[in-house]
Amino acid sequence: MWDYTDKVMEHFRKPRNVGYIKDPDGVGEVGSLACGDALRLMFKLDDQGRIADVKFQTFGCGSAIATSSALTEMIKGKTIEEAEKVTNQDIVNFLGGLPEQKMHCSVMGREALEAAIENYRDGTTGQKKLEGRVVCVCFGVTEKKIRQAIRDNKLTSVEQVTNYTKAGGGCGGCVGEIQDILDQMLADRDSGAVFDGREAAAETGAEQKLTTLQKVKLVEKTIQDEIRPELQRHGGDIELVDVDGDSVLVVLKGACTDCGMTRFTLETLVQPKLREKVSGELVVREAY
Amino acid sequence: MSKVVYLDNNATTRVAPEVVAAIEPFLKKYYGNPSSIHSFGGRVRKHVEKAREQVAALLNASPEEIIFTGGGSESDNTAIMGAQALAGPDKRHLITTRVEHEAVLQVGHHLRELGYRLTELPVDGKGALDLDLLERSISADTALVSVMWANNETGVVFPVEKIAEIVKSRGVFFHTDAVQVGGKLPIDLQKVPIDFLALSGHKFHAPKGVGILFVRKGIRMPPFIRGGHQERGLRAGTENVPGIVGIGRAAELAASDLAEVAEREEYLRGKLEEGILASCKDVRLNGANRLPNTLNVSFEYVEGESILLMLDDLGICASSGSACTSGSLDPSHVLLAMSVPHSAAHGSIRFSLSRYTTEEEIDYTLDHLPAVIERLREISPFVQQA
Repeated sequence: MWDYTDKVMEHFRKPRNVGYIKDPDGVGEVGSLACGDALRLMFKLDDQGRIADVKFQTFGCGSAIATSSALTEMIKGKTIEEAEKVTNQDIVNFLGGLPEQKMHCSVMGREALEAAIENYRDGTTGQKKLEGRVVCVCFGVTEKKIRQAIRDNKLTSVEQVTNYTKAGGGCGGCVGEIQDILDQMLADRDSGAVFDGREAAAETGAEQKLTTLQKVKLVEKTIQDEIRPELQRHGGDIELVDVDGDSVLVVLKGACTDCGMTRFTLETLVQPKLREKVSGELVVREAY
Repeated sequence: MSKVVYLDNNATTRVAPEVVAAIEPFLKKYYGNPSSIHSFGGRVRKHVEKAREQVAALLNASPEEIIFTGGGSESDNTAIMGAQALAGPDKRHLITTRVEHEAVLQVGHHLRELGYRLTELPVDGKGALDLDLLERSISADTALVSVMWANNETGVVFPVEKIAEIVKSRGVFFHTDAVQVGGKLPIDLQKVPIDFLALSGHKFHAPKGVGILFVRKGIRMPPFIRGGHQERGLRAGTENVPGIVGIGRAAELAASDLAEVAEREEYLRGKLEEGILASCKDVRLNGANRLPNTLNVSFEYVEGESILLMLDDLGICASSGSACTSGSLDPSHVLLAMSVPHSAAHGSIRFSLSRYTTEEEIDYTLDHLPAVIERLREISPFVQQA
């Protein structure tokens, strides 16, 4: 039994602003069915540029629904510039606290808000893109997101990072890597260094000029050495069908085939890994 | 909370009134130590031995094959570690399944860390084992096969009678975690060649904190708690007399009307199952060939914890294989082993009935559950907006 505050339960039982806006000024979508929680946030501005209407739809646990509801209440009537300043900790405070293991719900709220504002500003898809290197393959968590959660919430342990971002909470294969990021950031924090420089570095992938044969061989090797073992741990498998220019065609097998996570697997594991090792231009598609 | 509809009996059960009555004198009056020389304590001994006979009768075993423990997890741990020790240093292979209770899984992982070879057998989409694969997995260095009798999450029953025959024909120790079967299905240990079997009292209307480890006659089990002569020197420590008397009475109660209770549970479970499938869209039934009391269903596009919290507001107690409820981030290992998609595993709910479940409770649940699912689907971004 979770120790939810009365305010969390109240927002769960009677969520505010559930629904859909037909012609929104901004939409943000984060999460997926496979991850266990997902949030779609939509808003519409009035003549003065204030958020006049805001709606959400959430798939997730009690605290995921409550944080979504709280977020909509918090940003209603605010300008974009004001709304932008809302942090995940503000959402937590608004609800009178969240259990430690549920902190990722507040981070999801903050991410949906970011995505919606980005969508409003530059018309991007509104789906939160994976920026930079993926550290946690199970939940598609990037190094950038991990660093941001550590910085924003002053985290000091891997367990906390998992609570806030889910990273490390699946197969546990990336726990060592999270510890390394944490150690480095804690050391930097002690020495007063700025984090942002490293974050920028973390976002740039490896770029090499390869011949076609080299490229195919490197794709094959990366799938064989790095991607297949990861999938096999989850009962799945992968086969390379073709490489045509920057287009890589694969077939997912085993437990992957009917698990509904195939798109997710391609986006969070296969494509980022191949982009990291081979070329940032690669696009991975599934052959049927 | 006023109304409670308790449909979480695979987690724990109500202590039967008959069991409470049997225990009470041992809390109030007969608090003596069974090992004492004086008659005040000494006469408690025969009640401990009576309980052993009652449990033996439920399992068609001999009383001397029954060891009282602190619960199912202790019994599982003890059986596996004991069998490994008895098999000797040359046999360093353990076979089990991917869907075991943590009390078996984690012992397996511990042994693997110590350098043992561990085979975790897969299950198919219905939760069934491939017995040919099981047989092929047994090799010269296999010390023990440990396969649960029925699964706690889905209720899927494994053909333990056949498995025991296969394993024993190869001269390997066989342990079964029968925690979910004890008091629910008939167990005949004269017929089935099982070496070790674990039961837990609170799953069949005895109190928490007492369990059973059956060890077949002739197996020279090493002591697992040293420091006293209790339980034939295998498990030292003054006996949990109220718990032991309670599990004895609970075993007797279960044996008295096993088939009748199973039939009633199966009827009510069937009613609940059909009612849910008829009233809710996008539902998936998890597992085939199940215990009569267990129903595991997945509601697509909604998340288990949210369902449980809303049911809780209605007084309905159930459980979920969703990640959020367990405190971990991955959904149930049992459902994932059955290749249930993550999306459906997150929305899985387990209802488990007992001898005390009434038809009115099932009707009440069926009256309210569809609205809960509907409400959560209105909030869900994965349901098409009209």
